[in-house]
Amino acid sequence: MLWDTILLALREIRRNVMRSFLTILGIVIGVASVITMVTLGGGATVQVTQQIASLGSNLLMVTPGKRMGPGQAPTAAPFRMKDAEAIARDIPSVEAVAPASTQSVMAILGSENWSTRVTGTDNQYMKVRNWSLKAGRPFSDSELRAGAAACILGDTVRQKLYGGLDPIGSRIRLGKLSFQVIGLLEAKGQSSMGTDQDDLVLLPLRTFQRRISGNQYVSLIQVSVRDGASTEKAQREIERLMRERRHVSPNADDDFSVMDMKEITRMLTGTTTVLTGLLGAVAAVSLLVGGIGIMNIMLVSVTERTREIGTRLAIGALEREVLMQFLVEAVVLSSSGGLFGILLGLAASVGLKDLLKVPFVFNPGIVILAFLFSAAVGIVFGYFPALKAARLDPIEALRHE
Amino acid sequence: MNMMDAGQMDKQSLIELRGVTKVYGAGHAATHALRGIDLHIGEGDFVAVMGPSGSGKSTCLNILGCLDTPTAGTYTFKGVDVGRLDRNQRARLRRHYLGFIFQGYNLLSRTSATENVELPLVYRRVPAKTRRAYARRALEAVGLQGWEKHSPSELSGGEQQRVAIARAIVTGPTVLMADEPTGNLDMARSHEIMQLLVELNRQQGITIVMVTHEPDMAAYARRIVHFVDGLVESDKQNGSLT
Repeated sequence: MLWDTILLALREIRRNVMRSFLTILGIVIGVASVITMVTLGGGATVQVTQQIASLGSNLLMVTPGKRMGPGQAPTAAPFRMKDAEAIARDIPSVEAVAPASTQSVMAILGSENWSTRVTGTDNQYMKVRNWSLKAGRPFSDSELRAGAAACILGDTVRQKLYGGLDPIGSRIRLGKLSFQVIGLLEAKGQSSMGTDQDDLVLLPLRTFQRRISGNQYVSLIQVSVRDGASTEKAQREIERLMRERRHVSPNADDDFSVMDMKEITRMLTGTTTVLTGLLGAVAAVSLLVGGIGIMNIMLVSVTERTREIGTRLAIGALEREVLMQFLVEAVVLSSSGGLFGILLGLAASVGLKDLLKVPFVFNPGIVILAFLFSAAVGIVFGYFPALKAARLDPIEALRHE
Repeated sequence: MNMMDAGQMDKQSLIELRGVTKVYGAGHAATHALRGIDLHIGEGDFVAVMGPSGSGKSTCLNILGCLDTPTAGTYTFKGVDVGRLDRNQRARLRRHYLGFIFQGYNLLSRTSATENVELPLVYRRVPAKTRRAYARRALEAVGLQGWEKHSPSELSGGEQQRVAIARAIVTGPTVLMADEPTGNLDMARSHEIMQLLVELNRQQGITIVMVTHEPDMAAYARRIVHFVDGLVESDKQNGSLT
């Protein structure tokens, strides 16, 4: 019986191909956008996660301010160099501690200039972030202690300012001051978030504080934990130490945060998730509109086929059988819209993956969900027209012109 | 179902209307379509219901066809009080015992003759293969072999009405309810349809109740009932029948 009803529905739909197509267009677009958003969003998340995992699981990031969600900025007192020194001294499981502060600065060489990020730090920074030198040397202890005007270039900066020339030993202007180039970093390429990781210049932290930022602050302390030691334990120890040093009262929240890679991943993917959710909501609205379109056409169809309904009722169709007929028709309409939408969405994701530099990650869950949702749209919006058909008085319906 | 047990009842009481009235609306606006009808139809009868428009003959057929219920009085079909049945029970009764023929044929457009005839069998849950065989036999019975695949728009009025008759008899109904079956047809076609109905009545013993305003058509029936103003004016055996 259900099979007969589905065949009947398909025949009704075939009778008005153009109308049926226009009716389901809303659902097609809605489902296609959901599938595209979620597939591309999922691809971006996977990419970010992979990239962060490549940094190593033993990295901890200590930042001032409360735990940051997406879009939040730290407000608490910044760290100072002594905080980083304290971590290195007091926490036994720590392998390397790199304090860092960053600012955007114009780098100038002769007539060339390039806006880049300048990071004040020490040699440990290269260790915790897996940077290696392609040429030249790291900072010497005296340079670090004295705040010498020495710098190490990222590969993008070298490319932009030097072209093919060897930068080692030359002098470059960062902001208003002249620095000697002592080293060149190995190229790392683009990060998952689309930023160029090689677009940076490293300075000794003390130099940065005196000449660039003009204060004693450290905006980030990166800590790598010794292999085999527990990251969680190190994290707790750093938290305890920082609460003590920053005089946080026992029942107050931390005014800093120590994040491991898992949390950083969560924070970064959180942005993608929020964005995906938002776009998903927009798509859901278009599904709603598509549903209303289906309800509209089903109501028209019930009116057009009043005599047919009257005939069916007269020859012995039960109310629920007529209800089922129209409900099945609405569901077949909406779910075929869902099916087309899924195909269109997947095709769009494959087409856009190169443009957006995001991998294509097939998500069977969202495909099934989108299909079920489109079918549910048919049930919800087809129910009222179907009920209207089923409740018709057969005598009136047979008389209908 | 108690309708089944009722099949044992004697022939006289297939259809019994007792003091049936039908009132549409209420108060001053009330229209009395039927003012107290007594009518008995036995199994195998062929009754033509005649009368001017507004005399209540269509209302009466709707009640006999279990599409409508009396305001007062009782309608007993095979011993079952139809007035006590709900909408779905009446639908089941129609499905199992009644066949309908309409003035406007009411075939599904863009649907083949076979599929139109199969329609009542679909609601009886008859498997597709059996349906096809039954439909072919019914179309043969109305003289439409070879037209199975044609849709109503490809058939003449007379042929369409034959398809409608095939649809009505495919389930082997006890009673055929015909509402002006020749109303849209020319004379020659009308007589053919009437001969077909007489054949069904005589050879298959199907009881027929037919509403018509054409005396020529009523003349085919065994019995002619005249309605005037919601009352039975006359109820006679058809003398012209030989």
